[in-house]
Amino acid sequence: MKLHEYQAKEILAKYGIPVPPGKVAYTPEEAKKIASEIGKRVVIKAQVHVGGRGKAGGVKLADDPNQAYEVAKQILGMNIKGLTVKKVLVAEAADIAKEYYAGLIQDRASQRVVMMVSREGGVDIEEVARENPQAIVKYKIDPHTGLRPFEARQIVLDAGLEGNLNKLADVLVKLYRAYAGVDAFLAEINPLVITADGQVVAVDAKIDLDDNGLFRHPDLAELREVEAEHPLEVEAQNYGFAYVKLDGNVGILGNGAGLVMYTLDLVNRVGGKPANFLDIGGGAKADVVYNALRLIAKDPDVEGVFINIFGGITRADEVAKGVIRALDEGVVKVPVVMRVAGTAEEEAKKLLEGKPVYMYPTSIEAAKAIVAMVEGKK
Amino acid sequence: MILVDKNTRVLVQGITGREGSFHTRQMLDYGTRVVAGVTPGKGGQEVHGVPVYNSVKEAMKDHQVDASIIFVPAFAAADAALEAAHAGVPLVVLITEGIPTLDMVAAVKEIKALGVRLIGGNCPGLISAGETKIGIMPGHVFKRGRVGIISRSGTLTYEAAAALSDAGLGTTTTVGIGGDPIIGTTFKDLLPLFNQDPETEAVVVIGEIGGSDEEEAAAWIKEHMQKPVVAFISGRSAPKGKRMGHAGAIIMGDVGTPESKVKAFEDAGVPIADTIDEIVELVKKTLG
Ligand SMILES: Nc1ncnc2c1ncn2[C@@H]1O[C@H](COP(=O)(O)OP(=O)(O)O)[C@@H](O)[C@H]1O
Ligand SMILES: [Mg+2]
Repeated sequence: MKLHEYQAKEILAKYGIPVPPGKVAYTPEEAKKIASEIGKRVVIKAQVHVGGRGKAGGVKLADDPNQAYEVAKQILGMNIKGLTVKKVLVAEAADIAKEYYAGLIQDRASQRVVMMVSREGGVDIEEVARENPQAIVKYKIDPHTGLRPFEARQIVLDAGLEGNLNKLADVLVKLYRAYAGVDAFLAEINPLVITADGQVVAVDAKIDLDDNGLFRHPDLAELREVEAEHPLEVEAQNYGFAYVKLDGNVGILGNGAGLVMYTLDLVNRVGGKPANFLDIGGGAKADVVYNALRLIAKDPDVEGVFINIFGGITRADEVAKGVIRALDEGVVKVPVVMRVAGTAEEEAKKLLEGKPVYMYPTSIEAAKAIVAMVEGKK
Repeated sequence: MILVDKNTRVLVQGITGREGSFHTRQMLDYGTRVVAGVTPGKGGQEVHGVPVYNSVKEAMKDHQVDASIIFVPAFAAADAALEAAHAGVPLVVLITEGIPTLDMVAAVKEIKALGVRLIGGNCPGLISAGETKIGIMPGHVFKRGRVGIISRSGTLTYEAAAALSDAGLGTTTTVGIGGDPIIGTTFKDLLPLFNQDPETEAVVVIGEIGGSDEEEAAAWIKEHMQKPVVAFISGRSAPKGKRMGHAGAIIMGDVGTPESKVKAFEDAGVPIADTIDEIVELVKKTLG
């Protein structure tokens, strides 16, 4: 789950990392008021869940409250990479001498959290990684000790950061504490700024949370912004489905993430385009299948549905019952193809006899059939 | 067969819960030697005739345990795995889905340092066909035979096993290693075991997008594997940056792309199946 910059900065500040004073505004009037409270030059920053806001024109300076009003008016409502700006952060402008990068990520290969620090901050770190990889120092953190000051100081030295060594190391130590403290997936300060008078300040912050850790942080879980996601993804979440909205027209439903991914691949391979990923999970009962079909049917892009089930702990006949209910109630009005195998396969096939479902013995045949059907409709 | 057989004595952690008790019944029916269960605070009870203890240590005073399977809820699952490892259980199978990643980072490091093998989390477990099932897979689709399977997915594994069994090839041991980003055992940890196993004639590797475990497996195969391997990768049409059901199934930047995995396997001379049926065809072909 993504947090906004201002939310990430609140977390960093709580862990003792210096951030420029600021507040979030939803209207130009509010921005003006905050700017006058700050009483100095401010920066107005679009709060949307994407990076590169600066380049996109979503980060601008304002010398006084009136200018803050004008700039906020420009940025609010702006579209950045497909997202509408609904709020801005109004923060004191830092007097920047140097821009560095500090970040923490989960590194799957080493099974550790890795700290990355670079002299080349303020720019996209992936670009630095591509063009000048030696400019990034990487350090694997021991999960049982956390990042200790001596390690942090060495990282600062190895990265060649110029500025107060102890202050810089302190920010790194606290960044890891914040990361572990909120169960983050990713935490970045970019840029980490050295000001003209030698202060170390986190001028931008980004934190993505580990969804699996959210139960430990109910206060942060509340920050999820439903409007930032596809409405069907939000609804799927309420049902507990793993669902991803895709841009095609074939609705997909299956049991098990691997099988559903495979089903998407097959539909693609035979020239179709899936409208979604939907995994009903293990051991699903008829009502779960019924709800899953209702969700898929709500998607106006869906012109046909492909149900792919391999019964294991999930019984194919339970799935069939859910499908039949959805058909009988007229929930699904587009063609449905189905392939069932495994536990209770025969029972399922018997139940589905005479129902308006096209049954196929293999996944690939079913994929070809549904793609032909949605194509034929055009 | 690798890791487990009909003599493996199994402990079930979280045995009194809905999942734990359901799958204990299923495992017993399969023939698995479930000797004890643990649920803190419920010691002294019985589940399907299996005695329940308050801790792994107490269970091990009365029983010899070769493997533990964990059905404990996500918030306590890593702790349960550590409990088993510290009590001296040599093989820990972590079924639970949704464990906080940082819990796993710490637990995996500590469990490895203890010399214990951890499989999972977020996995279906493992099965040696006809001998023992320490997991949640439908046992009947696994017929004893010649092929080992290692997989990041659940259902797809059952599909592959069923197809191999229907084709008369059958399976030796099948290990579901799990769909999370941080897991205890990866492909390249298990390939050497299959390489040594006299019964296994070929290995099927079922990977998916995300991470670089497939690439590491391919590199190992290229250097050391003496038996044919067939690979399968799901999520080849998945969009970047989206989690496809599994916490670990996500393409991040240039890492975890299907192209990179396909290339790695091709470099290692490992044929890649595009469909489940093709897995069977390719295995047949490689076995001659
Ligand atoms: N409080 C601030 N004071 C001075 N300059 C700032 C401030 N916030 C941002 N900037 C400048 O704007 C650039 C881009 O802003 P940043 O917050 O990093 O957004 P993004 O990473 O989305 O582009 C920074 O690298 C910095 O140079
Ligand atoms: Mg930035």
